[in-house]
Amino acid sequence: MIKTLLSQVKEFKRASILTPVFMILEVLLETMIPLVMASIIDNGVEKGDMGHIFRMGAVMAVLALLGLLTGILGGTFGARASTGFARNLRKAMFDNIQTFSFSNIDKFSTAGLITRLTTDVTNIQNAYQMLLRMFTRAPASLICAMTMAFLVNAKLASIYLIAVIFLSAVLMYIMSHATRYFKQVFSKYDDLNASVQENITGIRVVKAFVREDYETTKFQAACGKLYEMFIRAEKLVVMNMPVMQFTVYSCILGISWLGAKMIVGSSLTTGELMSLLAYCMNILSSLMMLSMIFVMVTMSTASAERIAEVLNEKADLTDPENPVMEVPDGSIDFDHVNFSYKKNSQEHVLKDINLHIHSGETIGIIGGTGSAKSSLVNLISRLYDVTDGSVKVGGIDVRKYQMEALRNQVSVVLQKNVLFSGTILDNLRWGNKEASEEECIRACQLACADEFIEKMPDKYHTYIEQGGSNVSGGQKQRLCIARALLKKPKVLVLDDSTSAVDTATDAKIRRAFAQEIPDTTKLIIAQRISSVQNADRIIVMENGEIDGFGTHEELLASNAIYQEVYQSQMEGGGDFDEHMAGGEKS
Amino acid sequence: MSPRPNGPGPRGMRNMRMPGKKVENPGKLLMRVWGFVLKTYKIHMIVVIVCIFASVLANVQGTMFTRTLIDDYILPLLASDHPDFGPLAAAIGRVACFYAIGVAAAYTYNRIMIFVTQGSLRDLRNQMFAKMETLPVKYFDTHPHGDIMSIYTNDIDTLRQMISQSFPQILNSIITVVSVAISMIILSIPLTILTVLMVVVMMNVTGRLAGLSGKYFVEQQTNLGAMNGFIEEMMEGQKVVKVFCHEEENIKKFDELNQKLFVSADNANKFVNVVGPCNAQLGNVSYVLCAMLGGVLAIKNFGGFTLGGLASFLTFNKSFSMPINQVSQQLNSIVMALAGAKRVFDLLDEPSETDDGYVTLVHAVEKDGKLTESPNRTGRWAWKHYHKATDTTDYVELTGDMVLDGVDFGYNPDKIVLHDVKMYATPGQKIAFVGSTGAGKTTITNLLNRFYDIQDGKIRYDGININKIKKADLRRSMGIVLQDTNLFTATVMENIRYGKLDATDEEVIAAAKLANADGFIRRLPEGYNTMLRGNGSNLSQGQRQLLSIARAAVADPPVLILDEATSSIDTRTEKLVQDGMDKLMKGRTTFVIAHRLSTVRNSDCIMVLEQGRIIERGTHEELLEEKGKYYQLYNG
Repeated sequence: MIKTLLSQVKEFKRASILTPVFMILEVLLETMIPLVMASIIDNGVEKGDMGHIFRMGAVMAVLALLGLLTGILGGTFGARASTGFARNLRKAMFDNIQTFSFSNIDKFSTAGLITRLTTDVTNIQNAYQMLLRMFTRAPASLICAMTMAFLVNAKLASIYLIAVIFLSAVLMYIMSHATRYFKQVFSKYDDLNASVQENITGIRVVKAFVREDYETTKFQAACGKLYEMFIRAEKLVVMNMPVMQFTVYSCILGISWLGAKMIVGSSLTTGELMSLLAYCMNILSSLMMLSMIFVMVTMSTASAERIAEVLNEKADLTDPENPVMEVPDGSIDFDHVNFSYKKNSQEHVLKDINLHIHSGETIGIIGGTGSAKSSLVNLISRLYDVTDGSVKVGGIDVRKYQMEALRNQVSVVLQKNVLFSGTILDNLRWGNKEASEEECIRACQLACADEFIEKMPDKYHTYIEQGGSNVSGGQKQRLCIARALLKKPKVLVLDDSTSAVDTATDAKIRRAFAQEIPDTTKLIIAQRISSVQNADRIIVMENGEIDGFGTHEELLASNAIYQEVYQSQMEGGGDFDEHMAGGEKS
Repeated sequence: MSPRPNGPGPRGMRNMRMPGKKVENPGKLLMRVWGFVLKTYKIHMIVVIVCIFASVLANVQGTMFTRTLIDDYILPLLASDHPDFGPLAAAIGRVACFYAIGVAAAYTYNRIMIFVTQGSLRDLRNQMFAKMETLPVKYFDTHPHGDIMSIYTNDIDTLRQMISQSFPQILNSIITVVSVAISMIILSIPLTILTVLMVVVMMNVTGRLAGLSGKYFVEQQTNLGAMNGFIEEMMEGQKVVKVFCHEEENIKKFDELNQKLFVSADNANKFVNVVGPCNAQLGNVSYVLCAMLGGVLAIKNFGGFTLGGLASFLTFNKSFSMPINQVSQQLNSIVMALAGAKRVFDLLDEPSETDDGYVTLVHAVEKDGKLTESPNRTGRWAWKHYHKATDTTDYVELTGDMVLDGVDFGYNPDKIVLHDVKMYATPGQKIAFVGSTGAGKTTITNLLNRFYDIQDGKIRYDGININKIKKADLRRSMGIVLQDTNLFTATVMENIRYGKLDATDEEVIAAAKLANADGFIRRLPEGYNTMLRGNGSNLSQGQRQLLSIARAAVADPPVLILDEATSSIDTRTEKLVQDGMDKLMKGRTTFVIAHRLSTVRNSDCIMVLEQGRIIERGTHEELLEEKGKYYQLYNG
């Protein structure tokens, strides 16, 4: 995991190495200052030697300047290394996600991927900077101060050694317990916030059922529990400060007492005593710092793990060697296709599918939720690979094509479709970068999107908000169809893409398809019988198998499922809204 | 037109917020925060302040000891031939006592502060939540949900920092600075002036660097927002990206944003990192200057300045500049906390939903041919209507008779969306609203249970103006099934019981059966005890709808408001939902926003809405005969 992450340091290796070097230099300089101080007092002040004081003062000024220089360089390189590392991590993840196939994407939740690219990277950036700067600084400072203390007077310095051992043991104990508590607390805290979120989105339900007081009582109980947990965790953490103070004070008193005796016994000078006292703070505060770093780093390991997961995920679809670039025609063949989303799964989503569709045919696909309609069409543009058997487009196995070439010629309008922030034209040109405005308008006319775009204030230059929130569901679907049409595909797949479009417009779109792009093979998945009944042939899917394949009339005569769906829709289970929507904006 | 603006998630919003926005009247806000804390924790805070004092003084006392140690003990001991360590031991014992008090005080105040901080936050959260629950629906419709959420998470968090860390630290720093300053002045005035001068230089440098970094921080925040927005959008649409082979363009755009963010983050961090070393070295310079000047003074014995005095002063030199640096660092977080506090108090100051209603809903029983109140559940309900003028109370049976007369309404007073709506529903009738998106169907249902109040006209419920009815009772009498089903984190059983809190398990199961939900619930891993999370994300859309029907069914209200779902669910589940809804509607006055032919056809009366007006009304057959808009629409 750490190796995966560190491999992204790349061009910031130099900065990553220089940062700790400068930090250590800074610490060394800092350590020398008390030494010079001791000299000022012992040889200067006590002996009344002004010249010495000024000489040493000059030395200290130089040391301070050097310290400043190393400090600035350390800080600069530290910033560069950590933000650069973060940049590389984000890029590596994003690039890798771009190579993901659908099944890779399915493995991660969208929210999960976003968190990894944002919050997790920030956590790592901070932890990395902390590691480079503080994690070298604190031990270096500890070691230097300790060494100096021993050089000044080994006997007295051993007090520090005892203090360090004592303090690190106590801090370790407190921190390890506290982090455990805090983990529990934060998960409870998340739950509490989740319940606030629920109340905000569900406020109409809360109010409609007059459950304001009930929700408040429930919330306050949860809040009270969280309070208790926080108190328990924090009670441990507040021990840090007094323990630290206790140790520092004990050291000062111990050294004062023993130091005084030694000075009287002439084995120590006053200046040396003062240096020793100055090292005291250095030693113990770096220890404190270490314990904090320890906590921060343990907290960021979760982020590191999540990032490594994305980086280590290998795209499971790759282009073949010497790929075919051109799809000859729009014929589609399924030969004994089995398919399951999970590898090595015995339970197939699609079972032994055999299908032969001619170029230019219009095929309707109908079936209940979970009957694997989408799975079936997703195999055509190789969004997933078959488990057994083969899928051929234009007579060639889809695995032999370059994926980009295949997908540009087999255009899919996904069920869960999205528009992106940008103008309508920008969105349309996802289908074809070079499309002229006329071509875009043409595609929109085919998809019956032109009629509402023309009514918009900025027409084709209207800005679409993120996720297409400023267009209605039906409008969004029509734009998505137009976008797919701009690819001038040999095969066009519409996966429930007109569900929010009214029946009249739906019919109009289908008529346009039949007239304008007769050579394109069209596959239409729909819930409504009316959307498919005029297709050349209709596939009825049930539990991952083809239950029926034929014309409307044939199926109506022979297929039980088709009859059932037909009956239920004709008997008035239909969508009234769709009729109404015909009058929308008219 | 839809009154449901769905705000972006909390994550998105967090980054959109512009940093460093000026808070007006920070003093008043600060007072209010402390007023809130002190209301409950006055005594606690007094103890805390006393303890901070004790701890700081003990610390200062200890630092002073270095001087006493050298001047009063070591030097005399060196001078004497027969050193007596007794007085030194006593002195060390005394200082040890001071230190002990200091440690105890530090522990005490830290520990008390946990209770103060966590307790205040708990109270604040509770108040916020309780307040939020009283806010009108309009508040939620006009505020992005991410923003509201962010008050509970980010803003409360910054407040926690302020109360628990900034406050004790600043108090500590102030007391330290003051007592150290006094001690320094006692030791040596010239050295004090020198030290103060150096601190001024330090603050100047810090200020300058902060100013420089501030620019980059704003830039970093903006770039981060843009970057996160792009990431959110692309992760959301990753599959579409694949289908359109848009990966390379995406990477190009991403690299651009990523590089921008890197440059600004690098600069911002650089300045922050440099502040520390600058101050540290300036501190060292100050230290050296003091040592040199102090050395001269001690040698010349200027004003009785001694070597021990210099030793103590040098320690003070460090403890003087450190707290000032700390305070300047804390100031930033206080500004942030105040911005958060403002949003918290804005929420608390939001006006609650008003309720002037006095007509209440009571259990009814018939006595001597007259309806009166009953303390027990009777299955019959009545409106208890007190007439002030005549000082009489009368009871009107709740039947579900609803009349709208000349109702005008707009979400925004100057943009009326419903015009002169007239309609009535007699008990048990089923009224269907049809019309295109934005015609005002949902709006009408929002008015019936007073999620919004009408601008003009009257709505009468069993002959009573609904403005006179207590809102809680009005809403209790109406069941509601919304298009977006909202479920809560709880078991299936508890989710259904939401409709009637005292419903027995049997009642819940009966309601589930009525709603056709029983079948799928039993197939869940733990049946009725299955936990639902994340708005029932482990259920299908159809199943969620069935649960919300069951929830309304258990409440058993005389009036129902249904908003049929438009989303396509598969034919079989849809049949179940349809059937469940039909059973629920039986015998109740129902207002239904209809999307299905069968619902419309079976209605007693259909209201055809267009642009906020009812343009046609009647039964399915009547409307077809009329050959108007409905006819046109029906025949596509």
